[in-house]
Amino acid sequence: PSLPGEGFFLPAKMAAPLAVVLIVAVTIRAVLFRSSLAELIAQRVEVVSPLNAWKRVVEGLALLDLGVTPYSGDVFHETPLIIYLFHFVIDYSEFVFMIADGITAVALYLAVQDYNKIVFRKQKYALEADRYPRDVLELIQTPKDMYYIPLKVALFYLLNPFTILSCVAQSTCGLNNAVIALFILCTIKGSAFLSAVFLALATYQSIYPITLFAPALLFLLQRLYIPVSLHCPRFWVQALQYGVMFLGSLVVIVCLSFFLLSSWDFIPSVYGFILSVPDLTPNIGLFWYFFAEMFEHFRLFFLCVFQINVFFYIIPLSIKLKEHPVFLMFMQIAIISIFKSYPTVGDIALYMAFLPVWSHLYRFLRNIFLVSCVLLACSALFPVLWHLWIFAGSANSNFYYAITLVFNVGQILLVSDYFYAYLRREHHMAHGLYLKRKDGSEATLVLK
Amino acid sequence: RKLSVTRKMAACRCAVILLVVLIWGDFSLAPAESKRPEADAPPQPARDAADSFVKTEVPGAHDDGVPAQAGEEPVLGEAETLQPREPEPRPQDEFQEELVIRPLLSGDIYSSFQFRTRWDTDLLHQGKKVSHYRLFPKSLGQVISKFSVRELHISFTQGYWRTLQWGQPFLPAPPGAELWVWFQDSVTDVDGAWKELTNVLSGIFCASLNFIDSTNTVQPSASFKPLGIGNVTDQRFLRYAVLPREIVCTENLTPWKKLLPCGSKAGLAVLLKSEKLFHSSFHSQAVHIRPVCQDGQCSRTSWELRQTLSVVFDLYASGQNKKEWSLFKMFSRTLTEPCPLASSSKVYVDVTDNPQGELFELSPATSTLSQAVVLGDRRTYSVYDLRDPESFGILRSLNVLLKWKGQDNGDMLRPLLHAERYVGGYGLQTGDIHTLIYNHHPFRAFPVLLLETVPWYLRLYIHTLSVTSKGHENKPSYIHYQPSKDRLRPHLLEMLLQLPPNSVTKVTVQFERALLKWTEYTPDPNHGFYVGSSVLSALVPSVVAMDTNSTNDRPLFSSFFPCLEESGYFMRVYTEPLLVNLPTPDFSMPYNVICLTCTVVAVGYGSLYNLLTRTFQVEEPSGGMAKRLANTIRRLRGVPLL
Repeated sequence: PSLPGEGFFLPAKMAAPLAVVLIVAVTIRAVLFRSSLAELIAQRVEVVSPLNAWKRVVEGLALLDLGVTPYSGDVFHETPLIIYLFHFVIDYSEFVFMIADGITAVALYLAVQDYNKIVFRKQKYALEADRYPRDVLELIQTPKDMYYIPLKVALFYLLNPFTILSCVAQSTCGLNNAVIALFILCTIKGSAFLSAVFLALATYQSIYPITLFAPALLFLLQRLYIPVSLHCPRFWVQALQYGVMFLGSLVVIVCLSFFLLSSWDFIPSVYGFILSVPDLTPNIGLFWYFFAEMFEHFRLFFLCVFQINVFFYIIPLSIKLKEHPVFLMFMQIAIISIFKSYPTVGDIALYMAFLPVWSHLYRFLRNIFLVSCVLLACSALFPVLWHLWIFAGSANSNFYYAITLVFNVGQILLVSDYFYAYLRREHHMAHGLYLKRKDGSEATLVLK
Repeated sequence: RKLSVTRKMAACRCAVILLVVLIWGDFSLAPAESKRPEADAPPQPARDAADSFVKTEVPGAHDDGVPAQAGEEPVLGEAETLQPREPEPRPQDEFQEELVIRPLLSGDIYSSFQFRTRWDTDLLHQGKKVSHYRLFPKSLGQVISKFSVRELHISFTQGYWRTLQWGQPFLPAPPGAELWVWFQDSVTDVDGAWKELTNVLSGIFCASLNFIDSTNTVQPSASFKPLGIGNVTDQRFLRYAVLPREIVCTENLTPWKKLLPCGSKAGLAVLLKSEKLFHSSFHSQAVHIRPVCQDGQCSRTSWELRQTLSVVFDLYASGQNKKEWSLFKMFSRTLTEPCPLASSSKVYVDVTDNPQGELFELSPATSTLSQAVVLGDRRTYSVYDLRDPESFGILRSLNVLLKWKGQDNGDMLRPLLHAERYVGGYGLQTGDIHTLIYNHHPFRAFPVLLLETVPWYLRLYIHTLSVTSKGHENKPSYIHYQPSKDRLRPHLLEMLLQLPPNSVTKVTVQFERALLKWTEYTPDPNHGFYVGSSVLSALVPSVVAMDTNSTNDRPLFSSFFPCLEESGYFMRVYTEPLLVNLPTPDFSMPYNVICLTCTVVAVGYGSLYNLLTRTFQVEEPSGGMAKRLANTIRRLRGVPLL
């Protein structure tokens, strides 16, 4: 079978629709910024967490003005670079957040475009080498299918209500997303140095992205056709090189922060705060109510278990998905946003932007309808139950807690469903779509 | 209430421990103590009378700091002059007691007791162990020397002082317990000393002061300056804490009375009966210890202990709606004798509003009048000297009776400075603290220092602080802000505000309510959490100086420049404490929450584990239960399987 050439991936053709999406997104945000809703949104616990609330950034700047170190209190938990950024652009903060969203969308757009080219090339070689079974041709992504995916990714990110809310609330989560998106772009473009720098920046902002080191390294290795083998010296050289670049930039950034405020106070105040979860303000995550109700002598144990839970999945996932680093990246970003200590809807928006990239998995998804309904219903119920608990007094904390549980189960099902579908498609690509039993009857696939 | 009982019980347990500590301390001091006279030992009225002289002391006027006996050298006994090892003059401890009764125009009555004990021992410079106690209570003396305390102020208050109805109190105090201590600059571990001191005081006063920890202790930079001599003003040595939830009752009064030289057996203290004192609108008892000068040159220092007790009896609750007050009606006791150890023992009745007896009738009548400027206002008092046997009359008992004549009382002079505070906003997420500060002076602006201590679980946002007077922004000229640390330290906000004349200044700051761990809530979490009173300290222009047009009873040449004494006075105003609700978790389900959350994490782990460790395989029909059973039997029989 013949496939059309790479002309489909010319960026110039898609620039106009992307610009339209950007303009629409900026307009929506600008309107919301000017409306009375902005203040309401900025107070929503689903949208802002103690880590990234805009109110706390302003408070940090006010403390600096009063001559008090912002980290001497327990209100401000942003990194020193953020406070210095906003020290200069405080008056244009709305633009900063809109630009950050724009950068994220464009970076994801370009990254996915490149990724699609890679996928296309891989498929082409495999087809030419006749490595696919005959009956999987309908599973192959055609350039026609892939044509609109980058645009859809940008659209999914920019017009996702979660992103819009996060941007209007001026949650600094938008900036973290921009850094991660740039990291993905640089990785996919193959620039190891910039990738390491942005990864270091993302790690510096919120620790958890350190786990993205593994997929980035796997991708860079794959790009250079270096096998992932512990016996291969080129693997070690490349890993060491990337690791040194990452650590070097991290050290530079941390030292720069030290010189900006000439104290190490930010380390316990930012990273200690993320890891030890002292602030139990309700959010959409699993930590707050669990640790509010925890027995004091088990607190440290469960804290360790829950934090290890976020970091640990990257090891088995990288082993299982070492051939598919971009999907691994998606999985890990999703796991971080589900299990991190102070999640907000902005984190969810980032991994949801990747869903169009996996649109070819749609036929293997088992419960996408149920999951979408759960996520939609929960998003609507969050403000309702919050109102009942906090303002009306007719419900208690369990109501809101129950919704966070359901919402997280929904997210877990969504992610594991995509994981299942991805593995299943890979299996079909290797063994054929219509599998037969030994006796010739139609077979069903099971996990064993 | 139940909580307070348990806290009190804890405090009493502390008291027992403390007693053990003190007894042990006594043993270590025992040899030197053999000749120590007890407070209830036979008094020496004759010598005391010779030592003291009648002083025109102003009732209620505070902070004079000048010793009463300046320059008077006592005649030493022959035996003492022969002792070569005692070059210093013999200690001249002194005790004074007084009661001020101020009828309030609302029909209520305000009684304020002050007991002043002076202890001529120089702990500050010698640092030696003192084992000789005469009038000064030993428990407090040991506390001062052990913890190197320079000043100690402690008050227990039940009820809120209603400034607008009652005017200014002689000694203001916030509801609950307040403690502030200046340590000497030789103390290295101030926090450790403070921790230990609060526990010891908790035992001495049988109060929950042991609940003072780093989360409610602050170091104000300007609001609390030392009241005694000494110029250490480094705030590192100051600790200030308020327990607004503390409930004051009999068990706090009894140990307080035991500190008096005469106990409650003689003198004014016989009036202090708890069943009456706590049946009142306002009750405040305090202990103030500070170093004062021993003589005019201030070459030596003494310790001054002031024990004060103020009580406001309500017209309707205690007075049966009859505007007729007597000592017997208030305290169900009358006075029969002064404390024999006291060098002065007086009862003052404020008759300023009643110069010709048109408002109320005072009996027994007394001709002794005393004038004083109290809190910037010139007051006149009728004085009953208990050391004068004539005061008791033929009945051998003094029962001062105040009988109001008319129903119409006229208007009280509004206090120049007062403040209100409340919480704004709705819901359990955020809120604002509003403080309204009133300056009622018609033409003069004056600065006030505002001190706010807010617990960490109300997260203040200092950038939302707004100060407005008369519709304009009023920028504070000084702000000292210390942000809170979760579970470690409260917010401290101190600022200097200029109050324009005849204005209301509104200070607003937003806060966010934190969700706490379930063990951090008080036993009745939906009652709310108390936030201590904010403190206003101000140098208020005097009421006397306010009247620039008055020429009565003053020579003309004295009235052009307001003289220094009358131009301003220091005043401290406490606002209401706040009661703030916090969002609460469901206390009944920690197990459920742990199980459910862990289940969700396990769902995530399980589904990923499943996909990570298993591979896709074509399902081969393995047959039903019957077939497997048959195959097992066939295997045993050695026959080919089905």
